[in-house]
Amino acid sequence: MSASSPAAPASPVRALLARINLQQYVVYVGFLAIFLFFAVVLRDSGFLTQRNLVNIVLQTAPATIMAIGLVFVLSAGDIDLSFGSTVAVSALCAAMAMAAMPAAAFPVGILAGLGAGLLVGAINGVLIAWLRLPSFLVTLATMGLVAGIGRSLTQLRSIPVTDPLFTGIFGSGSLFGVPSLVIWTVVAVAIGHVIYRQTRFGAHVLATGDNARAAQVTGIKVSRIRLWVFMISGGLAGLAGLLYAGRLQAAKYTLGETDLMTVIAAVIVGGTLLNGGKGSVIGALVGSLLMGMLNNGLILMGLSVSDQMIVRGLIILVAVAVSLREKTR
Amino acid sequence: MLDTASAPVLELSNIRKAFGGIVAIEDFSLDVRAGEVVALVGDNGAGKSTLIKIISGVYAPTSGAIRIDGQEVSMPNATKAREHGIEVVYQDLALVDQQPVYMNLFLGRELTKGPFRVLDRRQMIAETERLVTELDVRIPSAHATISDLSGGQRQGIAIARATHWARKLVLLDEPTAALGVAETAKVEKTVAALKSRDIGVLIISHSLDQVFRLSDRICVLRRGKQIGVRETAKTDKNEIVSMITGV
Repeated sequence: MSASSPAAPASPVRALLARINLQQYVVYVGFLAIFLFFAVVLRDSGFLTQRNLVNIVLQTAPATIMAIGLVFVLSAGDIDLSFGSTVAVSALCAAMAMAAMPAAAFPVGILAGLGAGLLVGAINGVLIAWLRLPSFLVTLATMGLVAGIGRSLTQLRSIPVTDPLFTGIFGSGSLFGVPSLVIWTVVAVAIGHVIYRQTRFGAHVLATGDNARAAQVTGIKVSRIRLWVFMISGGLAGLAGLLYAGRLQAAKYTLGETDLMTVIAAVIVGGTLLNGGKGSVIGALVGSLLMGMLNNGLILMGLSVSDQMIVRGLIILVAVAVSLREKTR
Repeated sequence: MLDTASAPVLELSNIRKAFGGIVAIEDFSLDVRAGEVVALVGDNGAGKSTLIKIISGVYAPTSGAIRIDGQEVSMPNATKAREHGIEVVYQDLALVDQQPVYMNLFLGRELTKGPFRVLDRRQMIAETERLVTELDVRIPSAHATISDLSGGQRQGIAIARATHWARKLVLLDEPTAALGVAETAKVEKTVAALKSRDIGVLIISHSLDQVFRLSDRICVLRRGKQIGVRETAKTDKNEIVSMITGV
């Protein structure tokens, strides 16, 4: 039992393998496998063109941003179901604010969009962290509530977004030839990763999700951490709403509606545990790209919408099963 | 020198704790001096764990005073108790299972470096390695994940964390209940090491053999009442057992 001191390991290769956790790499292997599959099957359908590959990244940008927020929430041992409808309300608030104040469209748009997201996050966080209501039920309720507000805000109409600065920075623009949505994705993932892995806050989020009592008795302010992760999720949903509004040059209540399941799947496949204590921002990025690639490839293969849904569901099932099985060993 | 060494680090006077109408602790008074090991014994439900929770700031006493180094303190939470140099080894260890050993040793007190205050993993790992070697906790490495360790190793980590941060007092709640013979001996050695560092130790244990091996004094609780305190050298098991059971 006490023989496991750093005595000479059997071989350096085995020692290395023992330290690498295979589970963390499931998403990368899966990503590569599906990529190779499409590359071969769809070699004549334009899957491998630079244009198509860039397109995949552009289309997944909002989902990736949402996924980062969900990594924090899940790692803290909670769940957020409301970010999808928050995206729509944030986009609508941004579009309406810009329409109301065209002179200062850019700053009021950002303020309104991010503000709406942060507000939903704060409401979730206060109900969950301070009133100690279960996050599943709270965010299930706010999901419906916020979706309803989104619909009533505009009587189901879509609102155009015309400010060129806004649509450039959050949509079709580029810097040194790099599309702005790619820049947003890279910046958000980089910042998210550093906060998650390299700061005390990130460590406290993981401790809270792993063993809240242990976190509490070692002086971690668990309630504050839980409030923060919902603020992060809400704020990032707001940013995702801005990206949708910028790219589509319009805001509508349907934005983000179908992202909930995709984002949850992306995050879980990316190695984040559903019940807290462990996760990966980079994994969530790859998971999100994997979902986008799947979408893209299945369309290029000419599958009907219903067939796409079935195949995607099955692949997510397999991916989740593999990554979760590896985890429990 | 002699005076400071024997001054009480912890003084509990007339501590009373009631939960609604139920009195868990009534009129409890005890001193723990620097470098002294005091054992708290009593049957299940005698109030031992409640007392530990009062000293560690989890519960506030209904009445009575807690003094640390002669200063009366109020301990509204666990953080405050830790600021006073009190560390606890909880029965459930309070470890974060999916994190490596070094993150657990520094849980809530992570070291950072640079203007952006990023985690200083290298420093935490180095200190962890030094500490586990010093305390002879045999773990594969400071990187090992807690969930991969044995019960004894996990206990070792929890005790190492407490001894590393304690400046005045360590509270141990059943530290060897789940351990084998060799591991128990190691924990007892660690307790003796705390003594030599002039840290007070308050230990809850169901094993009277262990209590007699380790402690300088024994305090007996029965149904929330303090039955008495005996110097270990001047008592025997029969007396303690009869104090515990009341027959």
